[in-house]
Amino acid sequence: MPTFHFELGELPPAAEALRAEVREFLRAELHEHTPAQRARSWGGFDREFSRKMGARGWIGMTWPTRYGGRERSALERYVVLEETLAAGAPVSAHWVADRQSGPLLLRFGTEAQRQRFLPAIARGELAFAIGMSEPDSGSDLASIRTRAERVAGGYRVNGTKVWTSNAHISDYMIALFRTQHDAAKKHEGLTQFLVDPKSPGITINPIIDLRGAHHFNMVVFEDAFVPEAMRVGEEGAGWKQVTTELAFERSGPERYLSSLALILELIREVGKVPGERAAAVVGRLVAHLATLRQMSLSVAGMLEAGQNPNLEAAVVKDVGTTFEQEVPEIVHALLGVEPTNDTGTHLQQVLGYLTQSAPSFSLRGGTREILRGIIARGLGLR
Amino acid sequence: MNELRAILSDVVTRLFTERVTRELSEAAEQGEWPGALWQAVEENGLTLPLVPEAKGGAGGTWGDAYVVVSAAGRHAVPLPLPETIVASWLLVAAGLDVPLGPLTVAPVQRDERLKLVRRDGGLRLDGTAARVPWGRAAKHVVVVDETDGRATVALVAAGGARVTRDTNLAREPRDTLAFVGAPVLAAAPAAGLPHDAVRLHGALVRAAQMAGGLEAILALATRYATERRQFGKPIGQFQAIQQGLAVLAGHAAAAGMAAANAFRAADRRDPWFETAVAKARVGEAAGIGASIAHQVHGAIGFTYEHQLQFVTRRLWSWRAEFGGESEWATLLGRSVAERGAETLWPFLAAR
Ligand SMILES: Cc1cc2nc3c(=O)[nH]c(=O)nc-3n(C[C@H](O)[C@H](O)[C@H](O)COP(=O)(O)OP(=O)(O)OC[C@H]3O[C@@H](n4cnc5c(N)ncnc54)[C@H](O)[C@@H]3O)c2cc1C
Repeated sequence: MPTFHFELGELPPAAEALRAEVREFLRAELHEHTPAQRARSWGGFDREFSRKMGARGWIGMTWPTRYGGRERSALERYVVLEETLAAGAPVSAHWVADRQSGPLLLRFGTEAQRQRFLPAIARGELAFAIGMSEPDSGSDLASIRTRAERVAGGYRVNGTKVWTSNAHISDYMIALFRTQHDAAKKHEGLTQFLVDPKSPGITINPIIDLRGAHHFNMVVFEDAFVPEAMRVGEEGAGWKQVTTELAFERSGPERYLSSLALILELIREVGKVPGERAAAVVGRLVAHLATLRQMSLSVAGMLEAGQNPNLEAAVVKDVGTTFEQEVPEIVHALLGVEPTNDTGTHLQQVLGYLTQSAPSFSLRGGTREILRGIIARGLGLR
Repeated sequence: MNELRAILSDVVTRLFTERVTRELSEAAEQGEWPGALWQAVEENGLTLPLVPEAKGGAGGTWGDAYVVVSAAGRHAVPLPLPETIVASWLLVAAGLDVPLGPLTVAPVQRDERLKLVRRDGGLRLDGTAARVPWGRAAKHVVVVDETDGRATVALVAAGGARVTRDTNLAREPRDTLAFVGAPVLAAAPAAGLPHDAVRLHGALVRAAQMAGGLEAILALATRYATERRQFGKPIGQFQAIQQGLAVLAGHAAAAGMAAANAFRAADRRDPWFETAVAKARVGEAAGIGASIAHQVHGAIGFTYEHQLQFVTRRLWSWRAEFGGESEWATLLGRSVAERGAETLWPFLAAR
């Protein structure tokens, strides 16, 4: 029998009051942003913007005040997230830390690590990167080979991380290394570390994506030193922690809003009185969008209630990425306009950006196949 | 889930699991009225969840009714239970009393109208409505028509119509009712009721029935995948099967959310947008879900012998009844386009 369950979420009045505040802030901040810029949303890296979000108390907002948080509810945080994403704000200088690195440190970090990093994250001053994937380890994350060997006062690291988004402009990276080598027990012997990407022995090589943009990197460790104090959690606890971290990553509303900018351009294009076919296309997209928002809100409600909606989050992510990935295809089928890079109409540029980003929607943070495997496990099939 | 819902959920699950047997479903398809089941459902107070206690109902909300209607879909219950729930709610909305026995609503087709006319000193009903659910079995038909510019709810005896029998794919009665000056037993204007109240609430309950049906076929297919063995192992261990069931699970989850949210909107007395969303989204899920469930079941699921078809044939009909996905999506698209792109997100976020 299905083991997942979605209840309707409900936002308290405090969250709605906050929404108005967030919207007002975003309107002022983003009024010059073009639709193509909005489409980039979490591709956009803007430290100035992140600091302003931090100053408002909208980063790490559920964390304890002693770590710079505001002890707001998960539902209030949800409202900030969905408004920020719906507006297409450039969130990537604080997004990763707010969503996964910070919560990870809060849960598994030492007191000293929490004191040192969390308040700065909450101020929007620290950008984080994630060092999980390696050239030979993608979906099979537990097979990673980058090694951290104990030396006096810490660890010596050798190996290569890849696809490390924004490593070249981040302040820290939370990386998963192998601290023990036993081929039979690959899930054991993994440990997480806080790494300063500017330390000696670390080389960051850019990888250019298909659009010609630079966010990916290959990070090479050659006898790089990581102090003991920068280990996150116990030695060998890395797998459990990384699984928790990936669950944080999947639980947010970001997994269905990536193509909102294109839906909005489509609505502008078809005009106030669309033909029957165009109306049906818009209506279907809106039906999906509205439903995904309720699903996403439902997950937020479960988080607020202290439940553990890992399976539900995987379901929402799978349904959500399938949806956001098909939007460029549907717009193409309806309108047939040519997608462009940075010339042409807003519609063409947004379509151009999303056509070229859509393949990544079902890869990042766990591929579609891996995610569906998680759902199948939840159904009791494996 | 509140207490009433938890109780309702227990009652409907127990009752339908025990009473909606294969024999009963088959007999219903042969045209037999499951009178004993109806009586049990009525005695358990499941037919009138939205009717105030003072008028003999359960005094509940649409949210409570969702539990009953989705369960009726999950168990493929061959009764006009969703229709009775809608019809009784319409009567209550107009301040009218609710008779016992099965009710239905009409008209259900887009371009049909049943006219209330004043003649021979009384109100009478004229017109023909096709594909009326359970037309032959209902004791009364509830109609919404405009009189003097206001939506008026009227109750007529089903016996006042000439009935031409027909069925949907699942052989549920979908009859043509022809009224010629049929006497109206009771009528009253209902403030705030839209003129398309019958189709709207019909779409609402069909969405919930389909959401229940999707839960049922997900459970059937998941169980079958753990039981059926090929190549020396349960087929559920093949990744292709797992991925298909994960997709079905996603559609079932989306369907449940969309339908439940539409019932919540009905409790706010503003269900149009959410119902259009639900009928469009759930109908799509029904088509894809049925296809995956059949694929997983192989040939056995293609037989009358297997119970899967009791649900999938209903899904294929229900998605078209009270307007299919394309009709609702078109209406939805028009309303969104008219409001403009700027208002889309604020509108969604406020629901
Ligand atoms: C935009 C973007 C940003 C990213 N940012 C980061 C980052 O910051 N840090 C980081 O560490 N990583 C990052 N990644 C990497 C991402 O986590 C990996 O792409 C992902 O885990 C898949 O690994 P892979 O690309 O090596 O593909 P592979 O694992 O080689 O998979 C290739 C194909 O095989 C399929 N496949 C693999 N195993 C199975 C299986 N068991 N069953 C069925 N099918 C299977 C996959 O689903 C996929 O379709 C990013 C990726 C993208 C696209």
